Amino acid sequence: MPIIIENLSHVYMPGTPFESKAIDNINLTIEDGEVFGLIGHTGSGKSTLIQHFNGLLRPTTGRVVVNGIDITNKNVDLKKLRSKVGLIFQYPEHQLFEETVVKDVAFGPKNLGLSQEEIQKRVKEALALVGLDYDVLKDRSPFELSGGQMRRIAIAGVLAMKPEVLILDEPTAGLDPRGRDEILEQIKNLHMKHKITVILVSHNMEDIARMAGRVGVMYRGKLIKTGTPRQVFSDYDTLKKAGLGIPQVTKLMKMLKEQGKAVRTDVLTVKEAENEILSMLRGKKHA
Amino acid sequence: MVKEMLKTEDLVYYYKTPDGKQIKALDHINLKIGKGEFVAIIGPNGSGKSTLAKHFNGLLLPSEGEVYVKGINTKDKNKIWEIRQTAGMVFQNPDNQIVATVVEEDVAFGPENLGIHPEEIRKRVDEALDIVEMKEFHKHAPHLLSGGQKQRVAIAGVIAMRPECIILDEPTAMLDPSGRREVIKTIERLNKKENITVVLITHFMEEVVNADRVIVMSQGKIQMEGLPVEIFSKVEKLKSLGLDVPQITELAYCLKKKGVMIDKSILTVEDMVMNLCRL
Repeated sequence: MPIIIENLSHVYMPGTPFESKAIDNINLTIEDGEVFGLIGHTGSGKSTLIQHFNGLLRPTTGRVVVNGIDITNKNVDLKKLRSKVGLIFQYPEHQLFEETVVKDVAFGPKNLGLSQEEIQKRVKEALALVGLDYDVLKDRSPFELSGGQMRRIAIAGVLAMKPEVLILDEPTAGLDPRGRDEILEQIKNLHMKHKITVILVSHNMEDIARMAGRVGVMYRGKLIKTGTPRQVFSDYDTLKKAGLGIPQVTKLMKMLKEQGKAVRTDVLTVKEAENEILSMLRGKKHA
Repeated sequence: MVKEMLKTEDLVYYYKTPDGKQIKALDHINLKIGKGEFVAIIGPNGSGKSTLAKHFNGLLLPSEGEVYVKGINTKDKNKIWEIRQTAGMVFQNPDNQIVATVVEEDVAFGPENLGIHPEEIRKRVDEALDIVEMKEFHKHAPHLLSGGQKQRVAIAGVIAMRPECIILDEPTAMLDPSGRREVIKTIERLNKKENITVVLITHFMEEVVNADRVIVMSQGKIQMEGLPVEIFSKVEKLKSLGLDVPQITELAYCLKKKGVMIDKSILTVEDMVMNLCRL
């Protein structure tokens, strides 16, 4: 399900003193099966942009075409669209509301009018996908579980709708490193096994470097750069302008280069940095 | 004269689950935090660090053992207000801590409740907003501020009570990188310039680099304690406790394992550049 965004702009509260242009003429195509990372400072328009992908917001001008269907068209079946494009907001655990884990995850599929067996099947599958044990948790209240578990239940609720596109807004915010690794691993698995298109919004540059095939940088409502994580993170000036940091090891390489060392500056992981520094030191010995 | 701002003696705390089971959240914690110290407490989710924080101003009382704030036992019901005025708390979500519709009114809320004279309140509010660098926003509506700005307003609200000690429970967990930097800079300034004792609870390791002391918790116990450089050099132990180490720390560890002669005390990218350029 490719998503095509053409000349998209969004103005909040037009015609009032509070009028503000949150999205400014964005053109972007997200291909089928891609993991696309979206980064940007608070207020850069990331959340406004993703809310157009399942019709929660309508463009002020421009078009959004999902799977060949122009969703800005008035006659579009938004309910059907939303079952295909799952949107997971920040802190999704705040949206849990049911008495038991099973009822909460089943809420979406139930509203699709599916049969009882199908709902049951989907709930089991969805909980398995996020690494939770159905038999242990099914009758528990979601509110007595840990923060990481609650978040995974909220994600399972969206997965039970069998979306083809999964949009996650800061899925790891507030989690400790172990919780973060678990969620990211599961998103990666979903993408590999089920070929789901993933759109990941994050402040965490290390997460983006690890997950995304392609990255878009937002700044004041505009998409100012797209490219592979390597291309984007080695463009320090653009990121600085956008108020963003770069992974520590990328910054290290840039500073070493400025000191006249012969190193690559598109390094993203500790392992790569280690190899690069070892070969830099070896090079010096041979010289 | 008591030198310790906060002290726990064999502190144990049990939570009761809805089905009646008891869970030991804190397991014999012995801790002294000196006046003017900047102590960071790190640990994975569920390690007991927030439970510990809530003992520092009497929000929770020990199941066993004692907690003293400036020498006052938190179990002393008559002194609870004195304790809370000495030790202020800042929580994770700024939206849950802001009560007024105008920034300066929000900051004034605490001192108003202490029954302080309006002129004195005015003075305290201005000073507090100055310290957190939010003076120019004093007439703004809090809900239109960024996360980092809101959290700084929440901190100003605590400062206006003139506490001698501030406990911050994951104050940056919901903020973006620049919001996090703003808040951490503010916290460091409170400690260095205003000489306020700071207890910072976080799971972002890079935020504790400038602390005087780092305490690592896991499963309700203190597992490690020391200077940031000492703690950070134990990469494998930290990872086994479910904590992350900053990329630079990990890189330093890996390079040393390969026989590269760099300092033990590398905490920042700048340190690493200097070290590598000296080789």
